[in-house]
Order: sequence, then C-alpha cells, then structure tokens
Amino acid sequence: MKSLRLVPSKTSVNFIKRRYISFCLSLIFLSVGAFSLATQGLNLGIDFKGGTLIEASQEEPVDISALRNRLNELGVGDVQIQSFGNENDVLIRLAGDSENAAENLKAVETIRADLESSFEIRRVEVVGPQISGELISAGILAVTLAIAAMLIYIWFRFEWQFSLGSVIALTHDVAATIGIFSLLQLEFNTSILAAILTIVGYSMNDTVVVYDRVRENLRKYKKMDLSELLDLSINETLSRTTVTSVTTLLALFALFFLGGEVIHGFAFAMLWGVFVGTYSSIFIAAPLLLILGVKRDWSGNIKQSD
Amino acid sequence: MLHFSKYKITGIALAIFLGLLFSVPNFLSEDARLSLPAFLPSGKLNLGLDLQGGSHLLLEVDTGSITRERLETLISDIRIELRAKSIGYTGLSLVKNAVELTIRDESQIDEAIVVFDDLNQPVVNSLLGGVGGNAELTIEALDDGKFRFGFSEQAIIARNTKTVQQSIEIIRRRVDELGTTEPVIQRQGNTRILVQVPGLNDPERLKALLGQTAKLNFHLVDQNRSAYEAANSGRVPAGSLLVYTDTDPATPYLIQRRVMVSGERLVDASMGFDPTTGSPEVDFRFDSIGGKKFGEVTKTNIGRPFAIILDNKVISAPVIQSAILGGSGRITGGFSVQEANDLAILLRAGALPAPMSILEERTVGPGLGADSVAAGRLALIIGFVAVIVFMALSYNLFGLFANAALIINMILIMGVLSALQATLTLPGIAGIVLTVGMAVDANVLIFERIREEIAAGQPALVAVDKGYSRALGTILDANVTTLLAAIILFQLGSGPIRGFAVTLAIGIVTSVFTAFVLTRFFVARWIRSRGRSVELPI
Repeated sequence: MKSLRLVPSKTSVNFIKRRYISFCLSLIFLSVGAFSLATQGLNLGIDFKGGTLIEASQEEPVDISALRNRLNELGVGDVQIQSFGNENDVLIRLAGDSENAAENLKAVETIRADLESSFEIRRVEVVGPQISGELISAGILAVTLAIAAMLIYIWFRFEWQFSLGSVIALTHDVAATIGIFSLLQLEFNTSILAAILTIVGYSMNDTVVVYDRVRENLRKYKKMDLSELLDLSINETLSRTTVTSVTTLLALFALFFLGGEVIHGFAFAMLWGVFVGTYSSIFIAAPLLLILGVKRDWSGNIKQSD
Repeated sequence: MLHFSKYKITGIALAIFLGLLFSVPNFLSEDARLSLPAFLPSGKLNLGLDLQGGSHLLLEVDTGSITRERLETLISDIRIELRAKSIGYTGLSLVKNAVELTIRDESQIDEAIVVFDDLNQPVVNSLLGGVGGNAELTIEALDDGKFRFGFSEQAIIARNTKTVQQSIEIIRRRVDELGTTEPVIQRQGNTRILVQVPGLNDPERLKALLGQTAKLNFHLVDQNRSAYEAANSGRVPAGSLLVYTDTDPATPYLIQRRVMVSGERLVDASMGFDPTTGSPEVDFRFDSIGGKKFGEVTKTNIGRPFAIILDNKVISAPVIQSAILGGSGRITGGFSVQEANDLAILLRAGALPAPMSILEERTVGPGLGADSVAAGRLALIIGFVAVIVFMALSYNLFGLFANAALIINMILIMGVLSALQATLTLPGIAGIVLTVGMAVDANVLIFERIREEIAAGQPALVAVDKGYSRALGTILDANVTTLLAAIILFQLGSGPIRGFAVTLAIGIVTSVFTAFVLTRFFVARWIRSRGRSVELPI
C-alpha cells in the first residue's frame, strides 16, 4: 500500500536564501500587532479587567435590544449584551463598579432575579479588581518564567546561539499571538494565557527538532557551508514538521468546531500558535543560527549525547 | 534497541494493566463501581465545577477590622491602667494603625513604662500551643513623653492566622447546612478563603450565607432621647449607639452601647412559626450564663424595649413583657420562611470573627456543565478518529502500531488521572485533545527517521534500530520543553487552568512511554515474526 506523503521524501527547498522575505513578513506582522496593541489594546476578559459576566440562554432566539432595555431599567449600570455561539445564548457584561465588589455582586443578584423566570442562567463570573490585577501579574510572570526556563534548558543542551535563536523564535510566537488577539479584538482571558504557555512549549518542541538535526549535521558535515547545512537540516525534518503540525491541527480543529463556545478562544489561540510555531521554527529559528553563528567543532561533544 | 528482556516486557504489561485497572471505574455504573471489592481501585475522575456545575467563591477576611478592634481594646486598657496608677496623660487616641498618647508629667514616665510593659503580653503561638518569645506590642518612646503603641509583626500574623482558621470553621458549618456533597473550603494565601461548592441550584443563597458576619447582640433601647432627633442632629450620647433597621425607609434606633447579652451565648437556633400569627420566626436558646443574664436583665426592665441587632442592623425591638427566665426566646421580624431558616443557620454556625468580602465568584449552571462535557467528549472522539485515520494513511502498518499506542495512551492518561483523583476540567479535556494531536509526534519522529535510514540504503533491521535510537534524544529534548511549560502553568495557574496543566503533563509522560517503548515493542515483535530480510511497510 502506498502511504500518504504530505511532503516528498526528498526536498531541497532553499529556505535560508529566502530568510529576508520571512524576516520582513514577521517584522511587518509584529509591527502591525504592536501598533494595534498600542492603539486599541487587548480586549481583556473579566479575568484581567475585573467586572461581571453572565451567560444566559432561552429556548428561542433572544431579542437583544429588548433585553438591553429591560436590563437598563434595572439600574445596574452600563450593560453590554452580545450573542454567544448561537442566537438563543447571550453574554451579559457589566462594567460595574470596579472599586466595589459588593456592588457588582448585588447587580448580579438583581439581574438573576429578573431573568430567572424566562432564562436559564448558565454561568456567572464576578472578578474583583484586586484579583484581576493579580491574575495579570501572575500571567506575565508565567510567560516570562516559561521563556526563561526554555532559554536555560536549550543553553544547557545546545549552545548559546541555539538558546538565543529559539527564544527569539518563541518570543516571536508569543508576540504574534498577542498581536492577532489585539488585531481581531478577540477576548483575552486566562485560558488564552494557558494557550500561550502551551504554544511556548509546542513551538520550542518544533524548534528543538530542527536544531537537533542541525547539531547532528554539524558533526556529520564538518566542512559544509552553514547556510547549506541549515537548509539540509530543515529539509530533512520537513516531513516530520508537517505531519506533527497536521495531527495537532486535526485535534485542534475538532476542539475549535465541536468543543463548545467556552473553549473556542483557547482552540483558536492554539490553532494560530501551532501555525505560527511551525512557521517560526523553519523561517525564523533556523535562519537565526546563520546570523548568530554557531560553533563548528563539535568533536568534544560527540560521545556525550550520541 | 529491538531487544526486550523479560523484565522489561513484564514492566510494560504491568504499566498497561495498572492503567486499565485504574481507568475501569470510570466506565462502570455507579452501583457496580461502589460494589467493587476493596482491594480494587474504585476512584473515579472528579469533574471540575465547570463541568458539573457549582459555585466557586474567593473570600477575603477583613483582618484589618480585628486589628482596629484590638486597638480600641488597647486604648481602654491603657486608660484603665494609667488611671489606676494616677498617671496623667493627654491625647490618647488612634493614629493610623497605632495608639498614641503623651504622659503629662515627665517624672511619671518611668512609672508609665512599667505599666506599659505589664500590658505587653507575649504572643501566643497557636501552632506550638505554647507561649512564643515575641511581645505582642511594639512600644516606641518618642520625644516629650509621647508614646506610640502598635502590634508586632508576629502578633498580627498569629492573630490573622487564628481569625482565618476560625472563619474557615464557621464557613464550613454554614456550608454543611446546605447539604451539598464535598464542598472545598481552604485557606489561600494569608487572608483568603476559597469555597467551592459543586452542584448547587441556588448560588445566591450561598453568597447570602457567606456574606454575613452574623454578629447577633441584644441591647437595651436608650429611651432618654429620641432616635429621630439623634439621627437628624447627628449628636449621639456617649453611652449610646445609633442603629437602623434594614427596611426601606430605615427606622433609626438609639440603643445602649453596652451589650445586654451577646449572641456568642447562643447554643441553638431553629426556624419556627409564631403560634398566634403563623409567620416564620427564629427560636433560640442561650447557654446557662447567657440565659441567666437574659433573665436578670428582662426581670429588671419589664416594660422597656430591647433591640435585637444583627450585623449592626436592627432586626426587631420588642418590648419586654415579662421576665424571660427559661433561657430561650424567639425573634420575629417579618421573615420569609427562607430568611428565618437562613438566620437560624447563621446563628447556629456562629458569627464570623471578622467581616468577609467576596473577591471573585464563578458559578456554572448544571446545564452548561453538561453541555461542556458533551462538547468536550465529541471533540475528543472526532479529533482522535481524525488523527488515527491520518496516521494509518501516512505510515501503514507502523501507523497502526502508533494508533494502538495512542489508544493505550488514552487509557493510561485516564488511569493516572483517576489514581491521582485529579479533577477534570474543560481546559483539562482540551489538554487531552491536544495530547492526542501531539502524542503521535514521537512516533512521527521515529518513523521519519526510519524512512531516512531506508532511503540511505540501510537494511530494515538496522533502519528501525537506528530510527529509534537516533530519535530518542530529540524526543526527550522536545518533550522536556513542553513539560517545563506545563509545570510553570501548574504553579501559577488557578482552578481550571491547573486541570489543563495536569492533563498536559501526564499526557506528555504517557506519550513518550507509549510512543517510544510500546511501539518499539510492537515493531520488534513484528520484525521477529517476519525474519530478518523483511521489507518495511512504512
């Protein structure tokens, strides 16, 4: 039986020669992302912003403007309503009084009492300003720590050029993910943060596979030109890179389309992250080694890890 | 790489057997699960609040109020002691979180210091049960006979710890009254308490029960002056307090500052009905000291009203008709059945030592939880099938080996999660789905390597052997990085996110085992059955 091959068994694409194209592309995207972040910022979820969120549903499509009028009459402050997943489901957001958690809780009670007769209250989240502040700093700390841990691990297992190259690629992926969330104004909450940390792990995983082959080839072909050697390494691992990306994307697409509204943002972030992570391993991390330069004499290390 | 010793084979079989054993209870009906013999594991995956529905509340104990209360007590202690020793002072008052005063006569300063030192008790360390070496107060002598008193760091920590522990105890009693299964009540950080109550149909009631301090006191009403007049002029006599009812409009009451009987003396409270009007009321009973005190006060104050004060609000202010000597009484205040019931619960459980505020609430209804389980399950099945089909198409027979490993991988993940009694959350399910996609990576690495070796003209056996041994380093490096990310996520994440980190980490470990050890075992067996000059279907 002939097996399915997404990538021919022997490729010789010249990735390195085209590195300026990918560098430019990334630079443009990251700049656009940074501009968006600076101008419109992130659409922070209540985890990070504080406030109140109520998910309610009923058997028939919800008349949002009627519901808005009804809730405005309750005098609970500024009410935002949007449909969630389907027409029967709505998300109600209250900016609320950010200083006073008790007021927010009272508003929830009022809304719940009013809606309970005609709606099923599916979810209520109230996050005080103190907690959201802590979640932001914990999130920044987690991502920084994760990247630092990768930096140290790769340094330890490879050389500093590899460590720096992979971390630049990682930071690129994290920045690109935050950028797309700002650009599309998708809600950024703690599950997106979890996705970013997973992307950090996944992207590193991908980069390590390419770097591992680079290291192996550095030992094998002591005289080969570095850019040629990098191209060879990327091409040799190309089939694996695509197959793994495809299986991961298959699982993630299932999650994105079938996993329900609550997990939608997470699945989107992961899909994007796997895409960007794969791209950066090939087009950013590997070419970076050419710029950073690598140690060519690995003879002392052969016994240690082979 | 292709040789497996008997011990190794036994080890592999044992790991799979244990995985099966621990995951089986998840597939049994509740009856069958509970009737399993004791030596078999019967633990099941716990569903997180986001999957089974329930309330998650993060509360903060206002320890500052305890400190303020203690400072007030300190002021009155100092006043009493200095008066007893006839030491003159001025400006005894609360300044920020400290008490300040000035000794009038410099010659009495030494005498005053002795008094202050006597007031300064060592900190009682609740953990060691004994008396610690640290003093409770910090006493600073400033210029011109001025002194400043504050609480020492140790004293504040010890008191906060005690306050939070007492609060947890009270909360537990209140939540237990709701009759839900397995609530989680635990301390978080220094002054916070996490309450998780699964499967609750009325989260507002939980909040109402936890949001109240439930400090009940009985005071005599001050009849020397009109409460309305005091409320309008803002002038309240020294020995009195101005309090209001919780009604709209609120009625002011002027009550004696001195507590007639404190709610701490209550031993029991229950909901009942007023025999004449039939409206709900709360019946309570005092302990012997409280009952005696209540009897004495009511005996001497017949015809006067007294006020029942709950958390600084007047519930009711009945007139004492006759001496109440039996040590029991009742509170009527136009309650609904639910309100009377809840007040009885609060009184039975006791008052919180300090007020609490709700910092965070996350409530998921049972409908959403069930939907999430269904959606998560569907995504898992479809993702799983897609990956399996893709692997079979890509690597033929070897793809099937990888698929068998993937199925066992799922069993192992479930087994480990059940054995750890871990909580499965929606992000946790996402972690498993993601693992399905990423788990085959190790096999992909190996198979691609084998293909390369074959393309380089190696004989089948050598190609397989080299494929496995050369891919190992890569597999380990690649997975350690993801594992590092998962560990950091676990350390810093909260609730559902932690569930994700746990499944991701477990998935990584089981993936490496199933992909590297198990498929290698399958491949080795297969090659052996085929002889050495086999053509690899990869």
